[in-house]
Amino acid sequence: MSALDAQRRVRIERLERVWTERPGVFGWLTTTDHKRIGILYFFTALAFFAAGGIESLLMRTQLIGPDQRLLSPEAYNEVFTMHGITMIFLFVIPMTTGAFGNYLLPLMIGARDMAFPRMNALSYWIYVASGLFLYTGLALGHAPDAGWFNYVPLAGRQFSPGAGIDFYCLGIIFNSIASTLSAANFIVTMFKLRAPGMSLNRMPLFCYAFLAVSFALVFALPPLTVATGLLELDRRLGFSFYEITRGGEPLLWQHLFWIFGHPEVYIIILPAFGIATSIIPTFAHRKMVAFPLVALAEILVAFLGFGVWVHHMFATGLPTVTTIYFAAASLIIVIPSGIQLFAWITTIVTGTPDFKTPLLYIIGFIVLFIIGGLSGVMFAAIPFDQQTTDTYFVVAHFHFVIFGAAVFPILGGIFYWFPKVTGRMYHERAGQLSFWLTFIGTMTTFFPMHIVGLLGMPRRQYTYEPGLGWSALNLIETLGAYVLAAGLLVMLGNLVISFRRGAPAGNDPWHGDTLEWSTTSPPPPYNYAVIPTVSSPYAMWDTEDREADQRRLAEGRLTLERGHETPATTTLDAELDAILDMPSDSPWPILLAAAVAVVFVMLLLGHLTTAIVFAGLALAVLAAWQWDEPETRESIS
Amino acid sequence: MLRRILPLRSHAVRSGRLAGVLLVGSLALGGCGQQDMLDPVSRPAREIATLWWWMLGVAGVVLGGALALLAIGWLRREHPGLPLVGGSERLSRGLVIVFGILIPLVVNIAVFVTANFVVAKTTDAPDPRTTAMTIRVVGHQWWWEIRYPGSTTVTANEIHIPAATRVNIVATTADVIHSFWVPQLNRKIDMIPGQTNRVLLEADRPGRYRGQCAEFCGLQHAHMAMYVDADTPQRFKAWLHDEATPRQAPATASARDGERLFEANACASCHQIRGTSAHGQIGPDLTHVGSRATLAALTIPNRPAELERWIRDPQHVKPGNRMPALGLSDAQFRKIATYLEGLK
Repeated sequence: MSALDAQRRVRIERLERVWTERPGVFGWLTTTDHKRIGILYFFTALAFFAAGGIESLLMRTQLIGPDQRLLSPEAYNEVFTMHGITMIFLFVIPMTTGAFGNYLLPLMIGARDMAFPRMNALSYWIYVASGLFLYTGLALGHAPDAGWFNYVPLAGRQFSPGAGIDFYCLGIIFNSIASTLSAANFIVTMFKLRAPGMSLNRMPLFCYAFLAVSFALVFALPPLTVATGLLELDRRLGFSFYEITRGGEPLLWQHLFWIFGHPEVYIIILPAFGIATSIIPTFAHRKMVAFPLVALAEILVAFLGFGVWVHHMFATGLPTVTTIYFAAASLIIVIPSGIQLFAWITTIVTGTPDFKTPLLYIIGFIVLFIIGGLSGVMFAAIPFDQQTTDTYFVVAHFHFVIFGAAVFPILGGIFYWFPKVTGRMYHERAGQLSFWLTFIGTMTTFFPMHIVGLLGMPRRQYTYEPGLGWSALNLIETLGAYVLAAGLLVMLGNLVISFRRGAPAGNDPWHGDTLEWSTTSPPPPYNYAVIPTVSSPYAMWDTEDREADQRRLAEGRLTLERGHETPATTTLDAELDAILDMPSDSPWPILLAAAVAVVFVMLLLGHLTTAIVFAGLALAVLAAWQWDEPETRESIS
Repeated sequence: MLRRILPLRSHAVRSGRLAGVLLVGSLALGGCGQQDMLDPVSRPAREIATLWWWMLGVAGVVLGGALALLAIGWLRREHPGLPLVGGSERLSRGLVIVFGILIPLVVNIAVFVTANFVVAKTTDAPDPRTTAMTIRVVGHQWWWEIRYPGSTTVTANEIHIPAATRVNIVATTADVIHSFWVPQLNRKIDMIPGQTNRVLLEADRPGRYRGQCAEFCGLQHAHMAMYVDADTPQRFKAWLHDEATPRQAPATASARDGERLFEANACASCHQIRGTSAHGQIGPDLTHVGSRATLAALTIPNRPAELERWIRDPQHVKPGNRMPALGLSDAQFRKIATYLEGLK
């Protein structure tokens, strides 16, 4: 027995030597470890969440009563625009795909890293640079101010001559590069790096959600890039894609934007669905009900999401036959959402749920998502949509969906995986307190918005008059926002204190269902000393498999401790295919991101020559990067 | 306007102790808003409101059912399965199929047919041959231009219509996208460059109904409101006739001075006053400005003091609007204001 232990220790020590990265700040700048990149994503997205949150509190404080003058009209318009851009592009997507996806996906599928570790680092650095780029606009007094959906001609050069919209267009294109890179990385990782035995039908539902999101991102971002690119050509080089007087078409912007924008909604909430399907089985102590249906529904939602964009445009005067088609499509997408919703509820009801903080957040998510979903269905009633669109009713609806259905699972997920990432437990009572505060705060902030919208209050107005029945409801909403902020601060305090003083968590404090719970908390740089083998989607509940892992570690089978290696498997059946030699930490990603950032700054400033020089430099960096590309070392057949 | 009528409310919230006053005051006013889609005054608006109440009812049942299931989950947290029927995989999957697929399908089809075939018919843009009259509304940053085809009448921000009459509104824009919306009367319609959109407008009974631009249109989107004044057909006819006439010649010396000042200064390059040499087409037609209830698209009430303040310092009253400060003397401003107030 002790001889076996000694062998294990030797192998683990060797793995430590092979995988440990450079220490200190330089280590963080050059890291290619998906977990460290995930942590970088987490803190960056958190900072942008704080910025977007402060913006929302500014708006709510302005609207606490009629005719308030806290913000000027200019400032208010900039703040609501930046709030939308920040929450969608700089917080939710980076938080879900960047932080959760990066940290957890390779762990869940039993891999040692993402398929393209350096590309992973590159997408992080590009994301940071694009966020700083957009916020530089705000700091210089040139924030975009035409709303996050930036309709033309308001956003055209004639009506928005300042640099704000240029910051928007270039910043969004810049940011899309990061999301596209990570999406491609996730797809290859999930298709090729799953542990032996994890055939596609044994992949956890969390991964299905991320697979769906990654495909949606790859197809949804190009229309956005085209839309913003054409607008930039209109604004800077005098083209007229959107200008009616010169043969353009302003509605083209709306089509392109929403062809991106509606899939985007599912891109935002699908990862949250994935988080829910991880938390629910663990705390309900049973497997998900209707697993194949849920997996199919996750994929279907992402697919159908591409066919409903015109329901954002029902008031634009499109022909009835068009609007009715898109109304029907919008109703069809309710079905896969309904499947998931009732699969979660049934799993909880027929299980023996333990109402700890993560599950509470998921229950909150279910309630908020039902409300947001029900108001969403109403928009497929075209006359009602045309009555309520662009009012606070819509603001209420999409905050139930985005804050309720995307952010609540994120918060629950933070509690759920906090022990895994930090190795310590959070404080349960304080966690529950923060849940109730955020839940009550969310309801109080966003529910009255339905009513105020029905009472006729349009969205995006920097102030309103008394006497229209809106004042009391707006006051309640603002007070709710403060409660919500307090709940988030309690959560932050809980996690900061628990990070220092929490009880040690051990590998698997929840008796979780997926592989990440089998390794240490926090996981070592190589994730698994032995590559796990899998025979069901609930790998951690297959105790024999996990015991077999330990035996193989002692025997040295599939430990791959001689190099920086991870196995590749076949796409469908996950049979061992090849051993991949993975790249170690590298300075090239951050350098490439810096060069690309300069290109975008120079484009903004109109220094085309300098931009071309730096684009050349970026290509040189890319060549240097390719120079030390590791190769597949040996093929197993 | 209302801000002036209820002065206590405008700065109340700056001090927390007045918040309670505001709360009670607003609740008292709640539900009597003039822009309330749940207080419909026309058949189309009423049908949309009814559709809403039905959808709300169904939504309430769905939400209630889901909450009840979750409550059962909480009550039976220590017992696996469901009461009476147990918790087999088949049964659970059956529940998902019934609640997640079958019920939504039935409800969705009901909503789809009712809303998009039945309610859509009464609320859709009308066939112009079936309406008694057409009114053209042009959105500007940040006011509404209103024209009555077949009449020389041009006005701004206050649409007069005959009550109990189907009106065909033709909605276009002079600059960016706006959205024409009077919630008590019907659904909204966007005003898009290069596009001519239409919407049906009707009011069952005489009254004043508030509308507002619903599509974000820039800096003063918040101050782009309008009134729809529904009159009895006789009164509407009289109004239209009066509005079509040129301006009333100024009666007093100071008003006459005001007219001369108006024609001689930059006012005339943007505004039209029919019957004078002022033919500007950029701002609202002012031929009968004295008969309007508000100024600057419902930003302030149309009273002598407010009017004078508005022309003296337009950028303070509504920052970002296109009217410049003219730098005339106090006496000159007063004369122009007197003149304009007299244009009934």
